[in-house]
Amino acid sequence: MRIRSLEDLIAAKNRGLATLYPHKAKIMVGMASCGIASGSRAVMKALQDEVRRIGFDASISPIGCIGSCYKEPLVDVIRPGQPRLTYANVTPAAAVDIAESLASGRLRKEGLFTRIEEDENLVDGTRVRISSGKAAVSTGEGSASSGQGTAGNPSRRDTGASDSSGQRMASEPSDGSRGTGAGRSSEARTPAEFADIPLFGEVPFFKQQKRIVLRNCGVINPDSIDEYIARGGYFALHKALKELSPEKVIEEVKASGLRGRGGAGFPTGVKWQLTRNATGDVKYIICNADEGDPGAYMDRSVLEGDPHSVLEGMTIGAFAVGAQEGYIYVRAEYPLAIEKLQLAIRQAEECGLLGEDVLGSGFNFRVSLSKGAGAFVCGEETALMAAIEGRVGEPRPRPPFPAQSGLWGKPTNINNVETWANVPVILARGGNWYAQIGTEKSKGTKVFSLVGKLNNSGLIEVPMGISLRDIVYSIGGGITDGGKFKAVQTGGPSGGFIPESLIDLPVDYERLTEAGAIMGSGGMVVMDDKVCMVDMARFFLTFTAAESCGKCAPCRIGTYVMNETLARICEGQGREGDIEFLEKLAHTVKALSLCGLGQTAPNPVLTTIRYFRHEYETHIRDKRCPAKVCKRKFTPEEIARLKEEAAQKREALKGSEAPGSGEQPSPLKSAGKKQSGAQTRTDKKDARKRKD
Amino acid sequence: MQGNVKIRIDGRDLVAEKGLTILEVSRQAGIEIPTLCFDEALEPYAACRLCVVELSVKGAKRFVAACVYPVEEGAEVNTCTDEILLHRRLLVELYLARSPKARKIKELAAKLSVGEPRYRFEETHNCIVCGLCVRACNEIVGASAIGFSQRGMKRKVEPPFRRGSAACISCGTCTTICPTEAITLKEIDQVKSVHVAGEEGSAVPCSVCAEFEVVPTHPDDYMGWLSERVSGKRVK
Repeated sequence: MRIRSLEDLIAAKNRGLATLYPHKAKIMVGMASCGIASGSRAVMKALQDEVRRIGFDASISPIGCIGSCYKEPLVDVIRPGQPRLTYANVTPAAAVDIAESLASGRLRKEGLFTRIEEDENLVDGTRVRISSGKAAVSTGEGSASSGQGTAGNPSRRDTGASDSSGQRMASEPSDGSRGTGAGRSSEARTPAEFADIPLFGEVPFFKQQKRIVLRNCGVINPDSIDEYIARGGYFALHKALKELSPEKVIEEVKASGLRGRGGAGFPTGVKWQLTRNATGDVKYIICNADEGDPGAYMDRSVLEGDPHSVLEGMTIGAFAVGAQEGYIYVRAEYPLAIEKLQLAIRQAEECGLLGEDVLGSGFNFRVSLSKGAGAFVCGEETALMAAIEGRVGEPRPRPPFPAQSGLWGKPTNINNVETWANVPVILARGGNWYAQIGTEKSKGTKVFSLVGKLNNSGLIEVPMGISLRDIVYSIGGGITDGGKFKAVQTGGPSGGFIPESLIDLPVDYERLTEAGAIMGSGGMVVMDDKVCMVDMARFFLTFTAAESCGKCAPCRIGTYVMNETLARICEGQGREGDIEFLEKLAHTVKALSLCGLGQTAPNPVLTTIRYFRHEYETHIRDKRCPAKVCKRKFTPEEIARLKEEAAQKREALKGSEAPGSGEQPSPLKSAGKKQSGAQTRTDKKDARKRKD
Repeated sequence: MQGNVKIRIDGRDLVAEKGLTILEVSRQAGIEIPTLCFDEALEPYAACRLCVVELSVKGAKRFVAACVYPVEEGAEVNTCTDEILLHRRLLVELYLARSPKARKIKELAAKLSVGEPRYRFEETHNCIVCGLCVRACNEIVGASAIGFSQRGMKRKVEPPFRRGSAACISCGTCTTICPTEAITLKEIDQVKSVHVAGEEGSAVPCSVCAEFEVVPTHPDDYMGWLSERVSGKRVK
């Protein structure tokens, strides 16, 4: 059904509310990649089978990732009139039990993780008690009222029956089921037995988060455009198209202080302005969804859990810069994200929210998907555009910048997934509202994929300026197995390592850059003291050396030589001067490389040398790895010498008739340090291999 | 592009035509900036990174490739600061490590007093992946018979799928433009990159892809053959 007016949008919203919070029991399963990887497909099937078997009338819905990936598979249940309860680490057997207990009315308590009583509709700034049926409590803080405000106007044709606010979580179905069951209570009442289950906002993992980009992830069914609209979706687009001029839209984005979330942090509003000012009839909008940093999956989760937020952001952006065509460049390794995007595009087109005559405004905007073929460098904007054009994905020098001459030589505005997902909220709530969040120069929130040696790993969204300590200890729950925090790596292969001494560093663009790392797209890998920093630097350099396109010499030869040098140090074959050589080389590669890949690739080397120089020195001088990670490799000469020394010792032993084994500790290992048997065996095996 | 801009390069105030690159303006003024991948007949490529200079606009300094960066009003360019030289030397050291036998690289290293490279490659190659041959074949000849394959350190110049390219017209432009003798006429025959489909006469079948035939094996012979193809008569 085409949506052409606010009334149509409100009708869709009510349809969405009816499935989002139905008047019967609802079961939700986290079915993003993280959930599926943990086994949520089996859980889903078990639930469906069980519900069918016992003939229980409940709706079962897949949802995206709510962020607490360490608790997947997650199953949520809502009974009419009661808060949403979340079960963690659900097995298929537990799922059967949950379904049964839900049907019997005596809910299973085991495995409960959190409960959600209040739901914030971020787009219009209202909070609603789940299933309350009462009018919403508006937060009223600078809420840009437009479409949302008028939604409550009783003169409008609000199909959601009597509720004057239009914000009710459960719309009344017309089939007369109203009044049955527990849904009659005017307040969401947590039964006493569940009162000790922590509220969503009290769970340490969620407590300090502020979910703007992830507003719908883990809440709505990503396959339902109505549920997206029910949470305020496409109202910002309506506002932009029907009430604002393109200039006004850009003004709002500028006022918000939003900066590019792809890593470099260029002000989004300024970028839009440049594209708008560029001369040309044909302009393009691109969404960069070529997320490739090791350990980063922010964009994937947004696309899998809330694809429409990106589409809406892009459409608003297209209206602002004057583009009629857009591309989403998404990596082919994200099949689920591609599937969700394709469905979302089709739905939006069918509803008239994308394509010809968007919302009946006369504005046209088509979006196509372009699938990457696996090259990391295609996340660089000029390489990405070359890839969309069907050319080899290699960066080209700038200027001209994409805003002047981008895709097929036309002015092009390119932003990443997270940036686009921010746009609808900024438009709905106003730039000033957004600018209240964050620090002076870094506004809003940032999504991080918090991974590594942490008790709670997952996808988090935090206000800019939060300290690393809060992220690691409060949200992340500290290091696993009571280990000691050593470093956090931000920004993936382009980023750097931040040591424990800087753990109180506020996270924003400037401070991270000062520390030698970068904000990057949002990968955050936490390491404990079992990690060797030289080995980590080598890991990232192996990645960049393999992903360098090879076009420019500093990156092609420089990353290769740095990687080989690091490998040599790890293998105990480091030489005096290696550290200085690495530093010099890193600075040159940074200074001379053609694109962002080469310009940032040395960051892991530079930051590990800056903060963990002693580890390099131990590798080079003492020929050992302090963290016992790197394996020593011997040269043929060393093996010969070792053999000779061993033979001499055997002779000496024979002479003294000393009892004991033939096991000879390697004289190259540091004296006094007893090495594990396993390591000795590995060394011996290595030595044997070399001999062969 | 119309009009002029005022720019200062290495302390010299110059008036330059708008739209020109820093490299063009510098060379016109007699200021030498080393390049490897630049050729006046080709679109700039900005890949060798030797021409990187320091650009200051309103106090903000950054490094830009002179061969592609257009001159800007009020900009100050320094082509050989200590820092630039440091980077340039290390870059040439990398080139030298990879292509120690290439005459042009050796000359460049001598000029910048770059000594023995601190890194030694097990495998060296004369090709510096400057892309001149590929671009000449595409932009000047219009044949697009050769291109790049692989990436990173494995990147190399090849005909598609390492098979003799029927698009090749055996003009030899790639060999002429190659700055490091990585592609030579002799090697063309051996590496089977220049092939002419359906060519009769003295052509020798290629050892790898027999469906194509190679032009005469000897370079002298080849020049004659080429002139015959181009002008209709054999030039000795």
